[in-house]
Amino acid sequence: MDLSLTDDQQAFRDTARGWVEKTVVPNAAEWDRTEVMDRDIVRQLGEMGFLGATLPEELGGTPCDYISYVLLMEELGRGDNSVRGIVSVSLGLVTKSIVSHGTDEQKQQWVPRLASGEILGCFGLTEPGNGSDPGGLTTKAVRDGDDWLLSGQKLFITNGNWAGLALIFARTGGPGPRGITAFLVDPSTPGFSARPVHGKLGLRAQDTAELFLDDVRVPDRQRLGDEGKGFGIAMAALAKGRMSVAASAVGTAQAALDASLRFALERNQFGKPIASYQLVQEMLSDMSVDTDAARLMVWRAADLCERGEPFEIAASKAKYYASEVAVRVANNAIQVHGGYGFIDEYPVGKYLRDARVLTLYEGTSQIQKLIIGRDLTGINAFN
Amino acid sequence: MNVVVCVKQIPDPAIPGQLDPQTHFMKREGKLILDDSDAYGVEMALQLCTAAGGGEVTLVSMAPNNETSGLRTALAMGAAKAILVSDDSLAGSDALSTAKVLAKAIERAGEYDLVLAATESTDGYTGFVPEAIAALLGLPSVTFAKSINIEGGTVHVQRQTEAGYDEVTSPLPAVVSVTAGVVEPRYPSFKGIMAAKNKPVDTLTVSDLGLSGVGGAAAGQEITAVDPAPARQAGEIVTDEGEGHLKIVQFLETQKVI
Ligand SMILES: Cc1cc2nc3c(=O)[nH]c(=O)nc-3n(C[C@H](O)[C@H](O)[C@H](O)COP(=O)(O)OP(=O)(O)OC[C@H]3O[C@@H](n4cnc5c(N)ncnc54)[C@H](O)[C@@H]3O)c2cc1C
Ligand SMILES: Cc1cc2nc3c(=O)[nH]c(=O)nc-3n(C[C@H](O)[C@H](O)[C@H](O)COP(=O)(O)OP(=O)(O)OC[C@H]3O[C@@H](n4cnc5c(N)ncnc54)[C@H](O)[C@@H]3O)c2cc1C
Repeated sequence: MDLSLTDDQQAFRDTARGWVEKTVVPNAAEWDRTEVMDRDIVRQLGEMGFLGATLPEELGGTPCDYISYVLLMEELGRGDNSVRGIVSVSLGLVTKSIVSHGTDEQKQQWVPRLASGEILGCFGLTEPGNGSDPGGLTTKAVRDGDDWLLSGQKLFITNGNWAGLALIFARTGGPGPRGITAFLVDPSTPGFSARPVHGKLGLRAQDTAELFLDDVRVPDRQRLGDEGKGFGIAMAALAKGRMSVAASAVGTAQAALDASLRFALERNQFGKPIASYQLVQEMLSDMSVDTDAARLMVWRAADLCERGEPFEIAASKAKYYASEVAVRVANNAIQVHGGYGFIDEYPVGKYLRDARVLTLYEGTSQIQKLIIGRDLTGINAFN
Repeated sequence: MNVVVCVKQIPDPAIPGQLDPQTHFMKREGKLILDDSDAYGVEMALQLCTAAGGGEVTLVSMAPNNETSGLRTALAMGAAKAILVSDDSLAGSDALSTAKVLAKAIERAGEYDLVLAATESTDGYTGFVPEAIAALLGLPSVTFAKSINIEGGTVHVQRQTEAGYDEVTSPLPAVVSVTAGVVEPRYPSFKGIMAAKNKPVDTLTVSDLGLSGVGGAAAGQEITAVDPAPARQAGEIVTDEGEGHLKIVQFLETQKVI
């Protein structure tokens, strides 16, 4: 076993790190405070090749392995989870679903534009009444000649206002997961509207939306995959998505640790740097061990995925563990900072607020435990 | 518009350097990276080619152990190809040897209009190599460029001075050394990194270049001893009795900062 990175992997990480350091880190606090991110970031994410990472070259992507992908996500997560989420969702959930399940025509129409950052994708699964249980979703798609008419509501949709393409999951058949079909919806279609969700605890600069669909006409050739296969498409996307959430959690934990180390070495109390007290070192070492363990779990999942082996359970474990670590480490970072951790001149408060959502979306920690438990026992405890 | 850029690959400055206690040479065993100072030259060259509506950037480097990591970074930024000179006999080369090797390598780069290098490297910083290359190639040398413009067959350079800048023009081809900050070096994109893997790096030895009398054996300089730098003097403490600001201005003036 060799845990060292290849030259390519290092080059990808260094590029991502350099860009994040220059473009994201200096602005993250201000974007958070004002709840507005500079939208030019999307163009840059495209230009840097981040929105096309792992995709085939002929579709405008940059082929790279999954380790490189999670390294990118860690760096973005280290800088600002609001920025990272743009990529996770547009690339990880939407573009990759089109590459895996789309027709040639759909790939040609959408993937190059998504990979270049010309447009963003959003992933419309969650509804006001269905979060952890997406199999029960109620947005409807009714056949009308060669088209479908979509009606319903989606909630908490990342990129929802900025998106140039919405991947919408809607019910075309009976109740339960088998009645769900996926559609590629142009948000400029009449009947489609989006409204920003404000007042978030974290990811405040990120575009989160409520989507309303009122008889939105979607041609059948924009159906993604077969009728009734939408749930499988969503679950496959989320299994990989969990790796990217986990990787960004590692990045957030690393950022919180780095900030705490800097602070602990500079801050003097009782005539010595606080880093010289054992109780502070205990916090720092716990943070460091947690972060390392989470990173290794992410790398394992990415390595399994890269080698074409079953990775889903490893991804769930990594997502569960790393997201809880991010919260714990960021929380400890505030403790190390004392009162300074409580004001927004220091970044650690934001790390905690941003980390908090990581244990919620793309499957809450409880849902990950049910997935892991089902795998261990063979018993489905979901319902 | 074809530009040759000298790029030095150096040990990562973030990792404290070590000297071999016997030879006093810097240890260069680990991976080498692109000298930050040269990222400016590469960026400037790419911008000049874009402004001219075409052309190629060729990299030239001398480094031990067939090292290409730093070259790959510059290729990922957008340079088209590279020439690397690597030869055990070059261990212990002095700056003149380095210039001789680089000048010969530049002659292999095909037709070029301009040669760029940094004013000085981050690790060696003799600030000698670019001018020596110009002399060896019989080309005009312009130093300390903070901005470069090409018009027709002429290069217009703003040459950084202590007081401001000189405007210098020179016929092409010429060798120009650039200061840090001339331009903002781009980050290589993911696409660039992948493309760089397939770009040609021509690796040559000293005999490939038909050179002799270079390398450690021919070094005209010798390191006789290495001593720690003298400890820094304690700073001067000025008590402000209402005139503190004047003292600060005075001090900054003596340092030529203002
Ligand atoms: C900022 C943000 C961005 C988001 N982006 C997107 C997006 O782009 N696209 C999208 O489709 N969705 C998105 N979501 C939605 C997200 O995936 C859901 O919030 C998440 O799946 C949880 O669903 P819920 O909020 O309805 O909570 P609920 O499902 O109501 O859960 C509430 C609590 O009950 C627990 N619980 C539920 N079921 C069980 C069970 N069977 N056993 C034990 N415990 C259970 C949960 O773990 C949780 O603790 C986003 C959410 C946020 C906050
Ligand atoms: C004691 C000693 C041992 C050495 N051992 C080795 C060795 O084992 N192997 C080896 O390859 N070299 C070796 N060198 C050469 C050394 O690395 C420098 O290249 C050379 O001395 C130039 O000095 P400088 O960096 O101060 O150049 P400066 O004049 O400060 O450099 C100015 C600019 O010239 C260009 N330039 C300088 N050097 C190079 C280069 N090597 N390649 C491309 N562009 C360059 C860069 O653009 C640089 O920014 C050795 C030098 C010394 C003094």
